[in-house]
Amino acid sequence: MPSAFTHEFNTPAFKGKVSFSTGLFINGQFLDGSDKTTIDVINPTNGKVITSVSEGTPKDVDLAVDAAHAAFDTTWGLHAPGAQRSILMSKLVAIMEKNADELAALEALDNGKTFNWARNVDVAGSIDCIRYYAGWADKVTGQVQETTEDKLTYTRHEPIGVVGQIIPWNFPLLMMAWKLGPALACGNTIILKPSEFTPLTAIRMCHLINEAGFPPGVVNVISGYGNTVGNAISSHMRIEKVAFTGSTLVGRKIMESAAKSNLKNVTLELGGKSPNIIFDDADLEQAVNWAAFGIFWNHGQTCCAGSRIYVQEGIYDEFLKRFTEKTRSLKVGDPFAPDTFQGPQVSEIQFNRIMSYIESGKAAGAKVEIGGERHGTEGYFIKPTIFTNVDPSMKIVQEEIFGPVGVVIKFKDEEDVIKQANDTVYGLAAAVFTQNLNRAINTAHKLKAGTAWINCVNSLHSNVPFGGFKQSGIGRELGEYALANYTAVKSVHVNLGHRM
Amino acid sequence: MASESTYTYQFDTAVYKGAVTFPTQLFINGEFVDPVNKGTIDLINPATCKDIARVSVGDCEDIELAAQAARAAFKEHWGLKAPGAARSKLLHKLADLVDANTDQIAALEALNVGKTFHAAKAQDLPITSSVLRYYAGWADKIQGKSIQTTPDKIGFTRHQPIGVVGVIVPWNFPLSTLIMKLAPALACGNTIVAKPSEFTPLSALFLCTLIREAGFPRGVVNIVPGYGDTAGQAVGESMIIDKVAFTGSTLTGRKIMEAAAKSNLKKISLELGGKSPSIIFDDADIDQAVKWAINGIFMNQGELCIAGSRIYVQAGIYDDFLQKFTETAQCLSVGDPFSPDTFQGPQISERQFERVMGYIKSGQEDGATLRLGGERHGTEGYFIQPTVFTECTPNMKIVQEEIFGPVAAIMKFSAEEEVIEQANNTTYGLACSVYTKDIDRAMRVASNIEAGTAWVNFTNWPDLGLPVGGFKQSGAGKDLGEDALENYTNVKAVHINIGIKI
Repeated sequence: MPSAFTHEFNTPAFKGKVSFSTGLFINGQFLDGSDKTTIDVINPTNGKVITSVSEGTPKDVDLAVDAAHAAFDTTWGLHAPGAQRSILMSKLVAIMEKNADELAALEALDNGKTFNWARNVDVAGSIDCIRYYAGWADKVTGQVQETTEDKLTYTRHEPIGVVGQIIPWNFPLLMMAWKLGPALACGNTIILKPSEFTPLTAIRMCHLINEAGFPPGVVNVISGYGNTVGNAISSHMRIEKVAFTGSTLVGRKIMESAAKSNLKNVTLELGGKSPNIIFDDADLEQAVNWAAFGIFWNHGQTCCAGSRIYVQEGIYDEFLKRFTEKTRSLKVGDPFAPDTFQGPQVSEIQFNRIMSYIESGKAAGAKVEIGGERHGTEGYFIKPTIFTNVDPSMKIVQEEIFGPVGVVIKFKDEEDVIKQANDTVYGLAAAVFTQNLNRAINTAHKLKAGTAWINCVNSLHSNVPFGGFKQSGIGRELGEYALANYTAVKSVHVNLGHRM
Repeated sequence: MASESTYTYQFDTAVYKGAVTFPTQLFINGEFVDPVNKGTIDLINPATCKDIARVSVGDCEDIELAAQAARAAFKEHWGLKAPGAARSKLLHKLADLVDANTDQIAALEALNVGKTFHAAKAQDLPITSSVLRYYAGWADKIQGKSIQTTPDKIGFTRHQPIGVVGVIVPWNFPLSTLIMKLAPALACGNTIVAKPSEFTPLSALFLCTLIREAGFPRGVVNIVPGYGDTAGQAVGESMIIDKVAFTGSTLTGRKIMEAAAKSNLKKISLELGGKSPSIIFDDADIDQAVKWAINGIFMNQGELCIAGSRIYVQAGIYDDFLQKFTETAQCLSVGDPFSPDTFQGPQISERQFERVMGYIKSGQEDGATLRLGGERHGTEGYFIQPTVFTECTPNMKIVQEEIFGPVAAIMKFSAEEEVIEQANNTTYGLACSVYTKDIDRAMRVASNIEAGTAWVNFTNWPDLGLPVGGFKQSGAGKDLGEDALENYTNVKAVHINIGIKI
């Protein structure tokens, strides 16, 4: 019998008790992993163990696949009309709303992000995403084409079947919602692996999914490690599609496994090194505020973070002064204190990784305008950091740091800065700040990125697609576009009289 | 809320017992108010001819006030000021409230219209909440297109709300026809001035309390029951109303179109009458075809725009079909809408009763054979026996004109081409049904009948995802499905020059 996680929150932002089983969620039940092992969940504010959750193995993935196939063939897939799927998803939304504060508290405890951000962005966004896709469930339509009088042709947008979904630790609940939403709307059954660092909200969601009344086997959640459970999913012969959000490094492995197993359809949402280009005529105060949000929100642990900030020379000095001041004002500390902006990084591994990037920047001769060191003596806190005087070849300019570390680069020439901005293997997002209409649109169009923000950064909506160019990914999430990831198109030709 | 008046009706029937309270005034700008000219109407229970209650009816001045409230609401806190997600949540909430009050609303609908409580609860009410949920799902998915042109410009379309939408709905499905207009119109961001039929305002009035409870901002939905030639005409003629959506007779549809043409060229969509053919081939499953065809004409007392009122049966199975059809029709139970085994209630009003009886008389005078029924049922209320005519010829009034009652005209045919020609020999084009097992014939006939809906091997089976609307004089525009959204959006094309110099 898997154990329950019982915890009493007594914080300024949230007070309340939680208690729920932390087993693997397979076929509607909470089970021990087949090896009966567990994974410790660490509180990143102090490095201490919060609880442990069951650890899944490839055998458990097999069990989940069996359950998912059975559900797809009987109670889900095309056996559950869209309207019915819609109703269940709407029920889940209502239950999430009831439990919103608790979900936010769990997320803050597990990931280290502040309760306020968790509540107002992660949880609110997750609820909105499921709500949005509930509306699509009975609207997954095909086409009818006109060919000749003696023929009828139409397409069906059918569910794929059993899909695998592997999500990261930076927005655990939100990434789960982005995956579940379109997959369920289209009628697929699901095997989802949360990050071994942040499994708590995913497991809590399984309880809510049961409460909503989804048939057993429709959603299965297996906590576990990438090289065991993740690998089992991406190489499984009976999983017909895999969707992954995480690092480009692991994305390659997923794609390779898919190629070597059953050529399952792959969508990837990977890393980025997104440029933020600020022209002389930008609204300076706004540019400063958005730039800070662009790199420091979520402790810099955001795939689309505006981590390379290019500032035109006319406003460079003033921008840097204000940006540094703004950064100084960001409060780092307890995720449950009401005025904290930034909590700890998610884990010791990440902390070390980011610190080593900071050291590499210093070693390469970049200047630390602010930050550049640990915050406090306990937990994985890092001070918001700005580097200037950088060189395009530096690691801190080329590689994704995934921490609260921004580089600010002065530029003069418009054409040149666009070239610099595009000089990266990544292409997830980009931002441009200017009041000039033509320049705004032309620049946005020239930036090779899946999302171009004009006078904003990190601004997302459930109904607007998101995804990368180049090595930032394959496919789009959010919006109507995500439905394409989870449908199989069948063309039906009806011969009404053509004789051979 | 100063002096909002209500009425409580006590139900004590075999299928429903309870007290249902409904407002009796007009609903304008979030409040229940008396009409300017204090008009009222006494509502009649068509099963007993007794009074139900007295409620307000509005006329031109009230429509004008409602339109102004709707215009202000559109500008201030609806339209694109209320994001799709917010509109979606309100529509979902209204659906939940409708579900929570299903029995009460079904009872009011059955009392007011004469349809059975069972039908109201099993069909009208579930359709109502499902339609609300379906369009709640569309509210944040009203998408335009981004269109490739040349590198020095960008072009895109926005599907914006039109503004103030006038809605005029009939008495045969008061609630569900109202919701079929309200839901997509609200989803797209429009505000509403609705005029339910003066005969059947009860479910709409009850709905107003739920609209308020759900939290729709004031002025977004305004409901003014009233007469067609005053309030209805005022909607058609209003210079503030940007679009009118109408369900009703073809005759009145023409008046609406004319009024729109003479006023501000407001957009119109019309869902009008029909004389829909059901065509049953030799190889059909006869027992199934009989059941569907019975439902096709006798459902809702025959007061159904899509009624399959002309039934063409191929010669090979004609006798068998006719016998089974007549036997089944004979067994249909006519009576109290609140009795558990009633199939058919009364016609809506004395006028409709007289009209249907007039058609029955003309059928006999024109020489058709009265195979079943043809007379009043009972001595109280507007009940008519399920009626079957055979040996009908194409020019008879009972074959050409919409009767809107429980009167079936059955004709024999030999060949496919012949029956398609006969089926299309009508000014209407709302729906049709074809019964056959042969795949080629099914597709061919469904394609060749000039109608907005073709059913193969069933009749009158609604589906929210598929649009409904007529060809020819059965109407213009669509209800249901994604297509309905077109009726409630204005497409704006935006061109941005980012480099063209002259």
